[in-house]
Amino acid sequence: MSKKILSIRNLSKTYHTKESETIAVKDFSIDIMEGEFVVIVGPSGCGKSTILSILSGLLKPSSGEIIYKLTKPLSIGYMLQNDHLFPWRTILKNVLLGLEIQGRTTPENIEKAKKQLETYGLGKFMHQYPYQLSGGMRQRAALIRTLAIDPDILLLDEPFSALDYQTRLAVSEDIVSILRKEKKTVIMITHDLNEAISMASRVVVLSKRPGEIRNIHEIKLSSEGESMLQKRKAPEFMDYYNRIWRELDVHVE
Amino acid sequence: MYMWNKPKQLTEHEQYLMDIRKENIKVHLTRIIILIAFFILWEIAARLMWIDSFITSQPTAVYNTLISLTQSGELFKHLFITIGETVLGFILGTIIGTLIAIMLWWSPFISRVLDPFIVMLNSLPKVALGPIIIVWAGAGITAVIVMALLISTIITIINVYGGFNEVDSEKVILVQSFGATKKQVLQKVILPASYPAIINALKINVGLSWVGVIMGEFLVSKAGLGYLIVYGSQVFKLNLVMTSILVLAIASVVMYIGVAFLEKKLIK
Repeated sequence: MSKKILSIRNLSKTYHTKESETIAVKDFSIDIMEGEFVVIVGPSGCGKSTILSILSGLLKPSSGEIIYKLTKPLSIGYMLQNDHLFPWRTILKNVLLGLEIQGRTTPENIEKAKKQLETYGLGKFMHQYPYQLSGGMRQRAALIRTLAIDPDILLLDEPFSALDYQTRLAVSEDIVSILRKEKKTVIMITHDLNEAISMASRVVVLSKRPGEIRNIHEIKLSSEGESMLQKRKAPEFMDYYNRIWRELDVHVE
Repeated sequence: MYMWNKPKQLTEHEQYLMDIRKENIKVHLTRIIILIAFFILWEIAARLMWIDSFITSQPTAVYNTLISLTQSGELFKHLFITIGETVLGFILGTIIGTLIAIMLWWSPFISRVLDPFIVMLNSLPKVALGPIIIVWAGAGITAVIVMALLISTIITIINVYGGFNEVDSEKVILVQSFGATKKQVLQKVILPASYPAIINALKINVGLSWVGVIMGEFLVSKAGLGYLIVYGSQVFKLNLVMTSILVLAIASVVMYIGVAFLEKKLIK
């Protein structure tokens, strides 16, 4: 049994404006196991991104606590909707950005980053600029940039939503296989239930604002292969889909 | 042996390129014709006494003045002083303006405090400060440069600071998620992303520095093209005035082209 690496206890966050205060997240508690792929789904504005911002340390919670069960200082990788590769840097320089900021550009780390670029098919593009790459390749480069700092937990904030549908399928497949290979613990946000169910080991469903946990589903699919398209063909897939869809309680008003 | 060469059939793309080239040639040619026609008309009008060449001068007189000014070395002395002042003005203006913009970005508090003052300084016609500058900096090159600086610095602050604020906030979040300090955010994101804004400020400052320098020279100096223009008009040597204006026009265009070229080199 894998061990717990992160405990979130009663996390709440309130945003203040001159006119009002808005409770974005309320009493969010969950334990994350090592190597898990947790996907958070919920209606827009339910505070999904707020949770990731708090976990990444960029935002302070109003109350609650986060307990990391690690012996070494925690390292977190945060991936956003757009790849945000810097146009003035080559792909390699972009990938080294995190290491540079953390003052860890040792020859070994640079070598490792280069090897990762090679492994994931970007070796040839190392010295090119982002605009010379396709959307899918850029997203892969952004992932390698995140992996280069060797994070214990990866936070993905709708990482595929800027891509068109076909690229999105290919890229999510791609990214999941990379993450699985690197045995990373991942917390991801998405709108796309297909994506959530086929990628996740657990799906967390949030309610409308203020975001509270409605339910947590363990996903177990009896599909033959590991590929996401095959997983979508598993008989249980539609069950999960319908249940989560109902819990999301989406109305068009 | 005689061979038939059928006229080569142009492909559609070649035809397209050819049309563009033809159009460009037409535009350039028309420009040149307008310029030449202007000078010819000016000369004819002066010779036939349609206009009084004492107050309008005429191209041949301008040419002669140009030659004598060049031979006596006067022209280059004044030209270099003016160019020197302008270059110093726009480089210093860009550097000082960018530094102040960095300070404003660094401290939102200072930025909020200074905002109304910057707005006021921007809308104030800087020439009104001329007399004060002369009193403080003395009637010389320093006063001219201060004038140019005053004009270009304010606009640089506004443009570059605006550029800083337009940097995608998610890029900042990205580097912060790696644990970047404020200085690193500035170095890794804000400055490189605002590079085009800074180059653009440089371009605007070339023009503004010319304004500042000529204005300054009108007010105080004893040398420079602005001085030649004012001096020429005071002693009714319109040939000198027109010559100086012509040289000024050419110098400012050359400098603008230089900066535009620099821009192309620096921004890929």
